[in-house]
Amino acid sequence: MATNKRIDEPTGTETVGHEWDGIEELNTPLPRWWLWTFYLTILFAAVYVVLYPAWPLIDRATTGILGWSSRGALQEELINEDQARQAFRAELAEVEVADLRDDEELFRRAVAGGEAAFKVHCSQCHGSQGAGSQTLGYPNLNDDAWLWGGTLEEIHYTIEYGIRQPEDNARRQSAMPAFEGILDSAQVAAVTQHVRSLGGEAEPNANGAALYQQNCAICHGETGDGNRQLGAPRLNDAVWLRGSSTAEITRQILQPRMGQMPAWGERLGPATTKMLTAYVYSLGGGEEAAPQPTDRVPGETAEVRPAGSENSDG
Amino acid sequence: MTDSTEPRPAGKDDTALSSADARPEATTMRHTASEPDFQREPESYYEARKAVHNKRIDGNFRRFKWAVMIVTLAIYYITPWIRWDRGEYAPDQAVLVDLAGRRFYMFDIEIWPHEFYFVAGLLIMAGIGLFVVTSAVGRAWCGYACPQTVWTDLFQHIDRFVDGDRNARMRLDRAPWTLGKVARRGFKWAIYLLIGLVTGGAWILYFADAPTLFADFFSGEAAPVAYITVAILTLTTVTLGGFMREQVCIYMCPWPRIQTAMMDEHSLMVTYKDWRGEKRGSLKKARKQPEKYGDCIDCTECVQVCPTGIDIREGPQIGCITCALCIDACDRVMADIGRPRGLIDYATLDDCEREAKGEPARSPWKAVFRPRTMIYFGIWAAIGLALLFALGTRTRTDLSVAADRNPPFMLMSDGAVRNSFTLKLRNMESRPREMEIAIEGLPGAVLWTDMIDRSQAAASQRVTVNADQVREVRAYVAAPRGTQQQEFAFSLTALDEKAESDLVETRFDTPEGP
Repeated sequence: MATNKRIDEPTGTETVGHEWDGIEELNTPLPRWWLWTFYLTILFAAVYVVLYPAWPLIDRATTGILGWSSRGALQEELINEDQARQAFRAELAEVEVADLRDDEELFRRAVAGGEAAFKVHCSQCHGSQGAGSQTLGYPNLNDDAWLWGGTLEEIHYTIEYGIRQPEDNARRQSAMPAFEGILDSAQVAAVTQHVRSLGGEAEPNANGAALYQQNCAICHGETGDGNRQLGAPRLNDAVWLRGSSTAEITRQILQPRMGQMPAWGERLGPATTKMLTAYVYSLGGGEEAAPQPTDRVPGETAEVRPAGSENSDG
Repeated sequence: MTDSTEPRPAGKDDTALSSADARPEATTMRHTASEPDFQREPESYYEARKAVHNKRIDGNFRRFKWAVMIVTLAIYYITPWIRWDRGEYAPDQAVLVDLAGRRFYMFDIEIWPHEFYFVAGLLIMAGIGLFVVTSAVGRAWCGYACPQTVWTDLFQHIDRFVDGDRNARMRLDRAPWTLGKVARRGFKWAIYLLIGLVTGGAWILYFADAPTLFADFFSGEAAPVAYITVAILTLTTVTLGGFMREQVCIYMCPWPRIQTAMMDEHSLMVTYKDWRGEKRGSLKKARKQPEKYGDCIDCTECVQVCPTGIDIREGPQIGCITCALCIDACDRVMADIGRPRGLIDYATLDDCEREAKGEPARSPWKAVFRPRTMIYFGIWAAIGLALLFALGTRTRTDLSVAADRNPPFMLMSDGAVRNSFTLKLRNMESRPREMEIAIEGLPGAVLWTDMIDRSQAAASQRVTVNADQVREVRAYVAAPRGTQQQEFAFSLTALDEKAESDLVETRFDTPEGP
């Protein structure tokens, strides 16, 4: 067959000499370097197969003598990234919590780091952006109502030692007594109405006010301002931890539920707790520290523990 | 060599080829009639590259090519060294692609990544510019301005400088590998390598401060990517310009194909006027029987000077980059033998046919100014004007607003409703600027930020944005109790003499329905 070569008239090009049902092919030679390039790619493939993961086996692939893997490459990048952050973490560990905002750049990086850490450690209860849950009683961290204080130092203290940790009875401890059996239902209804009136949600109730002054004012304040040293919520504002309905408040008076939070200081280390502090502060409710320095350690022991079992609904 | 399907023009010498033979259909012809295919080394489906040893030539087109080469190379090598004062906050290099900082500086123009459409617009203009040029004067880009052509030309001059002209180079090619040849080749390739290094070296200077990088490069302190880039570009320059040369144009480059499709019978291209040249014969024969022979004396000067090694007399072909050196060569020969110039010339296929029929030649401007080129030019110019307009009216201040979606609103202890936003304040001037953020269309609302406390909340706040930076600001907006869900806007105003501003509409969410 290959002998039927002829010169194609219109093009003046030789045919390759094969003929298939009257179809012939012109021989337009490729440049030889093209062929060499092709051999080079084959050589490349051979070298690649030796160096890198290539042949699929039943449960894995050949590893290649370089030992490269995408997972390993990722691991390496993560380590590098972590090392690149070492200086920042060291700097953050050094800085005083109260001075976090002095260096704007540092504060921004701390907020960014805190946002990531918040999603891992905190969002399970407080929600992905700290919106909390009224149904479950997890405080909203975006507003300006704070149970234990909203300055950088107070937030940091809360994160570091947690709230109502049974093994640490020196910090952030308090309990509200259950008034079930102490007050009768009429009294409870009166107090409930008074509490709701503090925030403007109900008409005042004189009987309730008197009962409030006897039983509640010691922690929640005479006018319902709350007490941050005790974690006693402010009652005369528009923010309600577990709702402002009569039913919710009655329930809270009879069988109070009090939140708990784990201590994160040891688990996360100084840098991460400061990042979380910066993030929570930046959510919008952060408070300036009082201008005059105080000797008070934020959240010093304040235990008011009348009869009644401690509730720990998390 | 004959085309049986095309009728010959009547009244012509029977042996003369019609210009129809010069149609693109004939471009796959690879051999002349005097060298029939069946006598060639057959059987291989691959062929080795035949080295092109083009002869030195001087003439108008050669001089034009020199000029283009000098100008383009000068632009390439000098540009990174031009300084341009932009004040203390921006680099002073006139043309700089700052990849790390994501800025592109070109004299007084600074492009941010989101303004990349300027670059896209320039690329579209470059593309349409090629349409204009190609439809008017054929593959002029290939012949004069393409870097592959410029560098190949440069390397061919090196060949000539080291090894002598065409005949000497051919002799040396055939000669055995004596010590002298090794030395010569070594010297030549060393020059190739040097050109490659200088080419790659100039490239990286566009991406960093040129004097600093230049010093760092030699002291070994430059970034690894700089060395790798120079190495790769040295390799490609030496390979493509030093050894591949015309193979790149014929086998690797898509442009010849695309340009072939953009040309028509009214496009100027380098053409051998076969109606005038055929039948070829030596000068002696032609002088004896002038009526039997055309103007071509078959001296093959046009083939010898060709940088891609083709024979233009076979008609237009993919290997012809229209550098017009064959025109220079042929014009000299025609002058020597006392014939008019232009046996090989820039001409359109249309004109060739007219001239073959004895009609008068038309001005080459007719090929340049015709509806098709004018339409291309119009599109090109319109895009250019649009870009200039966009450049003149763009603002250097920009605001973007992202509202928090979780939670969409917050109830504050005093009953006010607060929404949180992430604002991005863009200062595209290379100086720090104070800017004012304000709320518009939300009565009674106040604004504070992550750096300005709530105690200083007001309807507007001032923020300083660093030179050439985007500043991210967490903004908190609180509206009195009872405010309904509604649209409002953030405004950003630069507090300088230009007072540029931007307004972004967004929404204020509250528990109360609208």
